[in-house]
Amino acid sequence: MLKHFIGLQWKSFFRSASFKTEIWFKILMALGALWFILVFSSMGLGAYVLIEKSGLGDPLRVVNRFMIYYLAFDLVFRYMLQKMPVTNIKPLLYLPMSKTKVVNFSLGKTVISFFNLAHAFFFIPFSIVLLVEGYPPVQVIGWHLALMALFYCNNFLNVMVNNQNSIFYLLAALFIVAGASQYYQWFDITIYTQPIFDFFYDMPWTAVIPWIILAGMYYGAFSYFKKHMYLDGGLAKKQTEAKTENLEWLDRFGNLGTFLKNDIKLIKRNKRSRTAVIMGFFFIFYGLLFFTSAIEVYDGPFWKIFAGIFVTGGFLFSFGQYVPSWDSSYYPLMMSQNIKYREYLSSKWYLVIIATIISTILATFYLYFGWEAYAAVLVGGIYNIGINSYLVLWGGAYVKTPIELTSNKKAFGDKQAFNAKTLLLTLPKLVLPIIIYAIGHFLISPTAGYIFVAVFGLLGFAFKEKVFTMIEGIYKKEKYKTLQAYKQK
Amino acid sequence: MITVHNLTKTYGEQTVLNIDQLEIPKGQSFGLVGNNGAGKTTLFSLLLDLIQPSSGHVINKDVQVDQSEAWKPFTSAFIDETFLIGYLTPEEYFYFIGELRGRNKADVDALLSNFDDFFHDEILGQKKYLRDLSKGNQKKVGIVASFIGNPEVVILDEPFANLDPTTQIRLKGIIKDLAAKEGVTVLVSSHDLIHVTEVCERIVVLNKGEIVKDLHTSAETMKELEAFFAG
Repeated sequence: MLKHFIGLQWKSFFRSASFKTEIWFKILMALGALWFILVFSSMGLGAYVLIEKSGLGDPLRVVNRFMIYYLAFDLVFRYMLQKMPVTNIKPLLYLPMSKTKVVNFSLGKTVISFFNLAHAFFFIPFSIVLLVEGYPPVQVIGWHLALMALFYCNNFLNVMVNNQNSIFYLLAALFIVAGASQYYQWFDITIYTQPIFDFFYDMPWTAVIPWIILAGMYYGAFSYFKKHMYLDGGLAKKQTEAKTENLEWLDRFGNLGTFLKNDIKLIKRNKRSRTAVIMGFFFIFYGLLFFTSAIEVYDGPFWKIFAGIFVTGGFLFSFGQYVPSWDSSYYPLMMSQNIKYREYLSSKWYLVIIATIISTILATFYLYFGWEAYAAVLVGGIYNIGINSYLVLWGGAYVKTPIELTSNKKAFGDKQAFNAKTLLLTLPKLVLPIIIYAIGHFLISPTAGYIFVAVFGLLGFAFKEKVFTMIEGIYKKEKYKTLQAYKQK
Repeated sequence: MITVHNLTKTYGEQTVLNIDQLEIPKGQSFGLVGNNGAGKTTLFSLLLDLIQPSSGHVINKDVQVDQSEAWKPFTSAFIDETFLIGYLTPEEYFYFIGELRGRNKADVDALLSNFDDFFHDEILGQKKYLRDLSKGNQKKVGIVASFIGNPEVVILDEPFANLDPTTQIRLKGIIKDLAAKEGVTVLVSSHDLIHVTEVCERIVVLNKGEIVKDLHTSAETMKELEAFFAG
């Protein structure tokens, strides 16, 4: 029986449409995975020395102190990204095999998921370093096993709370509050949680406790699944009560308003687009890495422009990049309805512009880091509006990946979204403004650099009609290929 | 209304559609029948410029569809669920199509009121998004949406499939009326010979991408079609 399951799994992996990409991309992906492993392992190896050097105290205790946040982040990531094992169960339901087996297999599958294995690349090296440094082996192993169990608890917790948005948001809010109050030193949650993790180390036999909890969680997830393995139960698509919205205030914009109304509904009502917008929002804080000098390599003057582009361009990159794929599930309608390409494109353009302006306004807090910081943000915003808004629409014509609106699958990048053309188009998006700035910076002064970038952006703005005609032409040329690609889900 | 010239579509070696000449006059109810893979959906997709012809062209009221977009204002279609926007409620979808076709809310509401019995209280005011409706109800929404804005050409691919018997009977009435009373050119494809012979004045049979029969519907048509498909 297991042989069949594994066989199915194997085929579903190697025959998936997205797997059949170009060979060089597979190599790139493998390299990416390797890089990730390397980062995690070097973190595991280096964490000990780093903490010891910075004089925070016993590295193990420091790690224990912040372990609660690590676990919390892990849970959030899982919630957003980890796919539930229910998919592909349906065809197995009426076949002659017991439900227990199907459920056990589906849950077992999650055990070897990337989300669990990734942590091993941190914890195993870290534990080895501890052993080398002369920590008592029994205690380290006890601690190691206990934490392993806790991460697996997260795994099954996620399986059970999946799709319970209210629980998730409550937990997320709690941890944000905890993190903020820790930062401002009102209340330190780690004082209360650190002893728990220390306990596993001080008394290694207590590692049994998380394993017992894990067994309980597994049993819980198992019975939950088994109970809900009906088409109208756990396997049913979740339906939300629909509310008809008019958004009549947008009517004054004519045809443009029609599309904007639709785009707002698109963003509000679909998981995938909501994620994109939330991601775009967090980009606003990306600049903190640059302007607080948190990371030394980011201190160069050019990086400030880079930061400005990202701070104001969050929505542009997370949403704009995938135009027209957002409409992929009904693209044939859009192509045969009474719609002019130009109107369709300009509505998307306005959406990107409006979001960029909002981000620029929200980012005024960078004034705290001096006027230069905000000037970088401001010129970044102008460049995004004037140049990058066209470039994402242009690039979109070549991105032919259908988007599944209701799932977060591939929300963090999709290999098909990368091809030579879109990669080439990222150059003017990010590198060009830096070059323009550098010219001004070296020839005249930093201020001149900022002015140069801003002027470039304004120039782009002035050529709107011309650029749109060009982009429209490209969309028309790519129309049939795009329609064809969207058909292959 | 619609003229097809030397239209072919090939994928690699395989020719999936090859039509020398086809004329569909204004106000005709035109039925397209054929087995799976006969090229029905391919022909409709070519009429809507959703795929590119390998040779030849389609002219819809003086507009060559792969050259200009001017056919869009007077042509509407429902091919499959990719013509529906899943995250809208049926009302929002109708209004959206209405706005694209220059019809305000009141116009759309007036049109929808004619379809109350067709909707059978399962579409409007249901607090459901289109993606959560059953396949049959989705189809009803798509078909009715294609009537918004007084189109002169309506293209429906397999409109009878997935519908319940009551709705099939009502839909037949609606299609007949469209062609007879309002002069709309209606193109319908179907696997169900009884339905098309009842609804359409003219029936064209496609087989392996070619027109093998072009019949003016009469009492003998049904027999002739059955004889053909029985092989």
